[in-house]
Amino acid sequence: MENPQVALFVTCLVDLFRPSVGFASIKLLEDAGCLVEVPKLQSCCGQPAYNTGDIGETKKIAKQVIETFESYDYVIIPSGSCAGMLSRHYPMIFTNDNEWLERANKLADRSYELLSFLTDVLKIDSIESDFKGVVTYHDSCSGLRELSIHEQPRKLMDKIEGLHLRELPDSNVCCGFGGTFCVKYADISDRMVENKVNQIIETGAQTLLAGDLGCLMNMAGKLQRMGSRLKVRHVAEVLAGMTRGPAIGEPNRD
Amino acid sequence: MLLMVETLPKQFKKNASRQLADEDLRKALTKSKGHFTGGRQKAIDNLPEFDSLRDKARDIKDHVLENLDFYLEEYEQKVISTGGKVHWASTKEDVQNTVLEICRSVNATSVNKGKSMIGEECDINEALENSGIRAVETDLGEYIIQIRDERPSHIIAPAVHLTKSQVEKSFRETHTHLDPQRILEEPPTLLEEARTVLRGKYFEAQVGITGANFLVAETGSSIIVTNEGNGDLSQLLPKVHIVLASIEKIVPSLEDASTLLRVLARSATGQEFSVYTTVSTGPRRKADLDGPEEYHVILLDNGRTNMLGTEFQDMLRCIRCGACMNHCPVYQSVGGHAYGWVYPGPMGAVLTPSLLGVDEAGHLPNASTFCGRCEEVCPVRIPLPKLMRHWRQREFESHLTPKFARYGIKLWAYLVKRPSLYKWVMGVQVKILFLLGKRQGRFSSLPFAGGWTKYREFPAPEGKTFQQLWSESSNE
Repeated sequence: MENPQVALFVTCLVDLFRPSVGFASIKLLEDAGCLVEVPKLQSCCGQPAYNTGDIGETKKIAKQVIETFESYDYVIIPSGSCAGMLSRHYPMIFTNDNEWLERANKLADRSYELLSFLTDVLKIDSIESDFKGVVTYHDSCSGLRELSIHEQPRKLMDKIEGLHLRELPDSNVCCGFGGTFCVKYADISDRMVENKVNQIIETGAQTLLAGDLGCLMNMAGKLQRMGSRLKVRHVAEVLAGMTRGPAIGEPNRD
Repeated sequence: MLLMVETLPKQFKKNASRQLADEDLRKALTKSKGHFTGGRQKAIDNLPEFDSLRDKARDIKDHVLENLDFYLEEYEQKVISTGGKVHWASTKEDVQNTVLEICRSVNATSVNKGKSMIGEECDINEALENSGIRAVETDLGEYIIQIRDERPSHIIAPAVHLTKSQVEKSFRETHTHLDPQRILEEPPTLLEEARTVLRGKYFEAQVGITGANFLVAETGSSIIVTNEGNGDLSQLLPKVHIVLASIEKIVPSLEDASTLLRVLARSATGQEFSVYTTVSTGPRRKADLDGPEEYHVILLDNGRTNMLGTEFQDMLRCIRCGACMNHCPVYQSVGGHAYGWVYPGPMGAVLTPSLLGVDEAGHLPNASTFCGRCEEVCPVRIPLPKLMRHWRQREFESHLTPKFARYGIKLWAYLVKRPSLYKWVMGVQVKILFLLGKRQGRFSSLPFAGGWTKYREFPAPEGKTFQQLWSESSNE
């Protein structure tokens, strides 16, 4: 498909806390030849309701997302967790509703996490970026286990000349974010993120990257509380060469 | 001697906080974690067909669950035909009464126990002690926690929460007949001491109680796996052997049992096979040189049949390998005792509400990030996160979800369903947070986000929402 029409589902966390990830995603998609639109009627994919057990609200939110996004060739999401929600979980919540199940399945088939869309669908194997530095990478759980995202970001990072990846031991172990888990069971979440950032610091990397803003905010918040100066960014920012602005939780020096 | 702290699933949060503060626990868990996860990985790397074996294992268990009545009857007939007895038990009290009746019938004063989680589920040791019968745990881990008056913290490694110096201390306090100057620092010396102490006790017991990893319908056999051989001594030396098992332990044939055994040991301890795999069929026959004179099987339901035909039926596939807890970052942080009942970790988070009720155990399926590592390693492919989510739904439908969370979700959903209002409200909040936080780029404390900022910094937004910035840039 030449110049596919792509809708960006920016996700609620990126929308509110890290718009730069949204712009980085658009740059990557446009550079790859996509016609990108940002549908106005978007808010959240519904995970907080879904994971709290409120299936009624989840269905209503899911229907709204389906209606907003189903007319595009692809729906691209800079988060494995939200992409997993659209592509794996929406069909599961409509198992007893044939009409919506069909629509959910159709949406699921065209919904992708950003990096896996670039590599697996658009077959892009290198991206130019002037980023320089030693990074480490955390594999966020939903992307890793629901969408098998592991090699894709590494493949793209590998082609950036100035970027040196130091693999993070236990990069497949949860950082303790878990949506509302991190405030409902704050002390357990704290132990998990403490273990995680200790391993991150041990790599000696200057920058931590991942593909999900929730996990990134959690790890950045812990690193900063522990006094670390490690920079934390969404991997899309690095791939798009958009790292001039402050890292997550850093003040704007302008 | 430590007094057992009363822990209940309801008090999960309190239990967890206490456990998090326990430095010995942290040390013990750090040590065991790599052993379990690394061992499993190595074992499955050496078995290319592991994943297809998992499919087979799942299918065997599913087939049994679809035909459970048939196989239970077949199994009972076979046990009877080999000279054994089957006792049906709906509740833990039924199990206790049956065990006590059998013990009294042979005037038992001492009982040897192999490791049995059904024994834990039914508080068998307490029931025996209350009737003046001594219960001796013969599995090393179980023995350690028995002398410490604790409960298992793991379904296959009951004392995994302890460091070796804690074990040494307990041995010195309990084995007072031994030389106080003896060297007891290394695991082999601890093992040797427990072995010596336990040896004598094997011969004193009139009854041996074991669990069962599998019950084989075609032969009426029970199968146990151990690494210490204690199960064999417990069940062969006394006059009477009692097998405690729950109804879903049935498999159709020995062939099926061996398929399951191949995934069990690898998932549990990273072994290709456990050191001892013992098949018991009925009591001693005339030509046998040894073995028990009586062979009893007590089959426990305790709520399991209520799971059949529901979304929780998949949980009954569980073969109790413990891989889910070995790989669970929540379990590895808080340890098994935080879960407050017999079954900890992800499998406990699904099973405990099924057996005790979600009103008692609602915390357990909530205390998960849904990271999915448990499902990834489960040898019988139980969709544990999905089942935990089902419990959250049941909880929400029964209005058991805490009010704060409930109303919070409703308010949030009200906005999410109205994107234009949502954008406006969020735009204002983002602006305020930006203005307050722009100097530091983050917050060290925030009202309404105390759970977050108690432990971590909270990043300040960038000034405007993405959608505001995007519509501004596209209008230019």
